[in-house]
Amino acid sequence: MDVTKNDSMEIRLSDHVVLVRQAVRKWATDLGFSLVDQTKMITAASELARNTLDYGGGGTVRLELVKQGPRNGLRLTFEDQGPGIPDLEKALTDGYTTGRGMGMGLSGSKRLVNEFEIVSRVGEGTRVTITRWK
Amino acid sequence: MSDNVKGLSVVLTNYEAEILSDWIKEQSAALRRAGGAMKDTELRDQCAEFLRLLRTAAQGGQVENLDGPKWNDVREMLGNISRSRGLQGFSPSETASFVFSMKRPLFVQIRREFGKDAEALADTTWLATELLDKLGLYTTEVHQKAREEVILRQQQEMLELSTPVVKIWDGILALPMIGTLDSTRTQVVMESLLQRIVDTGSGIAIIDITGVPTVDTLTAQHLLKTVTAARLMGAECIISGIRPQIAQTIVHLGVDLGDVTTKATLADALVVALERTGRAVKRVQTASKGA
Ligand SMILES: Nc1ncnc2c1ncn2[C@@H]1O[C@H](COP(=O)(O)OP(=O)(O)OP(=O)(O)O)[C@@H](O)[C@H]1O
Ligand SMILES: [Mg+2]
Repeated sequence: MDVTKNDSMEIRLSDHVVLVRQAVRKWATDLGFSLVDQTKMITAASELARNTLDYGGGGTVRLELVKQGPRNGLRLTFEDQGPGIPDLEKALTDGYTTGRGMGMGLSGSKRLVNEFEIVSRVGEGTRVTITRWK
Repeated sequence: MSDNVKGLSVVLTNYEAEILSDWIKEQSAALRRAGGAMKDTELRDQCAEFLRLLRTAAQGGQVENLDGPKWNDVREMLGNISRSRGLQGFSPSETASFVFSMKRPLFVQIRREFGKDAEALADTTWLATELLDKLGLYTTEVHQKAREEVILRQQQEMLELSTPVVKIWDGILALPMIGTLDSTRTQVVMESLLQRIVDTGSGIAIIDITGVPTVDTLTAQHLLKTVTAARLMGAECIISGIRPQIAQTIVHLGVDLGDVTTKATLADALVVALERTGRAVKRVQTASKGA
């Protein structure tokens, strides 16, 4: 898989979540994503960026245009050095929240993308990578 | 009074007319470059008044510290000019040029007075530079504050503007939401909607989200909270303007809008609202030509 373009942004304030959404919208539009695909990717990014902020204590997102054979896609990697997630299976269950959310962010964004990978270590942090192909 | 301050105050007193006319020339040139619209008479009055205040303050004997009471009038006038230029959209440097453009005219007269005395010339020029620099800095500070006030006011206006609750029929309110539903705005939206429900005794509120670009779990939660609160006040909500891509995304996200009535467009929602309040929309045949 080749990365043809990349950028990274910080997520430390709730305004940054808005900026991440705007950047993802721009990249997805440039890639020629359909309106539905754009909306799905932006929404997933919004969920993960807010988790990074609210639970991870802030972090970063890396945006990458990826190419695999004839396919082009958009890959986003959210990373924080927060407390980590002790039970991933639970966290990925619809309706599970340790905060005051709906508990749909992680599981929902997994359904909105083609590839979803999460690595989390307690006391070290969390990294979520999502990819959506055109 | 130190000799230098005395020297400066003598120059300001003896050559006031010359400094004034030179200064006005410099300024009108600068203002024209900046595309500023200002009447000549207004500029002349401003400059003359300022020069008079500056001379009076300098005659007071000290120019090192401009915070003192002797400089009150100068500061006040300069503050007003900077604020009004700031509000008219002048840039900070255009605003500061009011003061800085006085440098050359003033230095010319200092040289005329002290031309043969190199030391006095240098000292007085230095003193004048320091004084004008301080005043210039003061204008930019005031200018910046004024700009910040404008921005803050605009933000607050936006906050209110973007959340208009309109009564579209007896008993029916509509709330067209535009932009990002961050927490501050959602709070404002919710409060104004609930207040209007009470004020108008409306039984139905249509929340239109055509202008909301992204509906994620947080947005959905805000919407549902608003619906629940409205219900407690005795009003039912209809959510309209859910575009197809948003509908699909919400479904995949797994967000359940519960038993809230949703409609594709505000017009559809209005029809439902009218029906629920015992009314119907019907086309009336007109007797116009060709009909
Ligand atoms: N980056 C993270 N660091 C630590 N914990 C996290 C992180 N992301 C998610 N979690 C944990 O996983 C839980 C589930 O996350 P999810 O996004 O599904 O729900 P939520 O954020 O609580 O609510 P919602 O996203 O629906 O508003 C969170 O409540 C939190 O405990
Ligand atoms: Mg979440």
